[in-house]
Amino acid sequence: MPPEPMIEVRELSKSFGALDAVAGVSFRVHRGEIVGFLGPNGAGKTTTMRILAGVFPPTSGWVRIAGRDPLREPLACRRAVGYFPEYAPFYPELHVAPYLRFVARLKRIPRTQRADAVHEALAACGLEGVAHRPIGTLSKGYRQRVGLAQALCGNPPILILDEPTIGLDPGQVVEIRDLVRSLRGDRTVFFSSHILSEVAAVCERVIVIARGRLVGEGTPDELSARLGRRRRVVIRVDGPPDDVAAALAAVPGVLHVERRESGLALDAAEREDVVRAAGATVQQRGWSILELREESVDLEEIFLRLVRDGEAAS
Amino acid sequence: MTILAIARKELALYFGSLLFYALASVFLVLAGYFFYTNLGFFVLMGGMSLQRGLWQYQLLDLQRLLLVLIPLFTMRLFAEERKLGTLELLWTYPVRDAEIILGKFLACLLVVTVMVAATAVQPIVVATFYPVAAGPLVAGYLGLWLLLAAFIACGLFVSALTDSQLVAGAATYGVLLFFWVVTWNEAAVNEVTLHLLVPFSLFDRFYPFALGAIDTGDVSYLALFTLAFLAFTFFALDARRWRGIR
Repeated sequence: MPPEPMIEVRELSKSFGALDAVAGVSFRVHRGEIVGFLGPNGAGKTTTMRILAGVFPPTSGWVRIAGRDPLREPLACRRAVGYFPEYAPFYPELHVAPYLRFVARLKRIPRTQRADAVHEALAACGLEGVAHRPIGTLSKGYRQRVGLAQALCGNPPILILDEPTIGLDPGQVVEIRDLVRSLRGDRTVFFSSHILSEVAAVCERVIVIARGRLVGEGTPDELSARLGRRRRVVIRVDGPPDDVAAALAAVPGVLHVERRESGLALDAAEREDVVRAAGATVQQRGWSILELREESVDLEEIFLRLVRDGEAAS
Repeated sequence: MTILAIARKELALYFGSLLFYALASVFLVLAGYFFYTNLGFFVLMGGMSLQRGLWQYQLLDLQRLLLVLIPLFTMRLFAEERKLGTLELLWTYPVRDAEIILGKFLACLLVVTVMVAATAVQPIVVATFYPVAAGPLVAGYLGLWLLLAAFIACGLFVSALTDSQLVAGAATYGVLLFFWVVTWNEAAVNEVTLHLLVPFSLFDRFYPFALGAIDTGDVSYLALFTLAFLAFTFFALDARRWRGIR
């Protein structure tokens, strides 16, 4: 039996006046999949997700949510979807549990099952301890969990999560990521991010868009292979800046050296060899390393390169 | 019922906010002050010989007071949700726009009704030592209630147009004042224009109620005014949604 598509989009477009936020995107997400939606800021991720969640209709294109047309059956489609909007908006004065009861009523969960639905959502997001606190008094991480809890409430078969980890500290990012991973199962999860490592950690498949167009699709491994395995190392050395830059640029494996206030950023093909070779070079010249750290390569520039490549190829 | 769910949330926000208690206090203190001065005036000036009764003065004062206060109740209804971004969330739940609009409208109407109903203590107190004719008073309060519904519907509509509560409040004053004073420039316009405008004046529509008369024309006008602005709210939300403005 072929996998059942829970989200299906063909030639989806959305224009805001003269701006084409999404321009002809097509993809499918199947039942039980966790799919990452990657793209730089302004790529059209949020617009696409809002269309899928029913916030507004597309300008053109064909959309099916759990096999239904959202233009014809908007309420049935929205019942099938739990949506986490970017920045998790909230009512600061409402308390957590009453807020989730309000959400459960709006999701038309029958009265007899409402208390259980709220309890499950609280438990799944670790919110029992703050159930009776106003949402506005919670930390950013907890407010994010409240946002996830409202999406989870009523156990919808499809979850659409827009940047669930944005603005969180690293510990909270790991918690939310674990939470998303724990949703694996019968649910279909479609979640957006602009951080490749995050998507790679959680998703089985990744869809990449840039400037409103699909630029790549595949497993995280396939994708990073296509992007070229690039790492970035930031190094600070106590030598004369020009000499240091020249010496490090000559290290085998270094593709590009960028000078920054805080040191030098080396773009490299493979990290370990480069770090060792760079260290050896610095030592040979009689300098010493003051700081050495790895930096995750910003997807945005990789996407821009991908898009540029795509445009050059066409 | 999702309408009730929306209304309950709005009530929780009203009763949980300082603004509501501030507005209700202002209303009750001023309504009490108007009652005190009107009663004093009525007693000193010889009561029954006056052209209008005590309650006519009182109702007309309440009407002015509510014109000032209602936009402050309605300004947050949609503007706040836009500002917070929660309207986007509401749109992803299986809820119709009409249900959101009605839930908010009913919650605000209930809050204001409760507040205004508290002034019923005034005729009750007077009735303990002086006869009060219930009929005209009931007509007056019915008119006031219909007027409140019209004010709220208008404020709800304006609130759906912006994400700034201040702008929503200010613009609601503008619209309500226009419908209030539309016939005040009697000297400046000719009789034909005046005749065309009179039916649209909220002030002129309320006046007969204050005198104790329920005219079906006035009831219909206020009800239609309310329904029209609820419909405008629906179209305003729909238009903004299609254009993708949250």
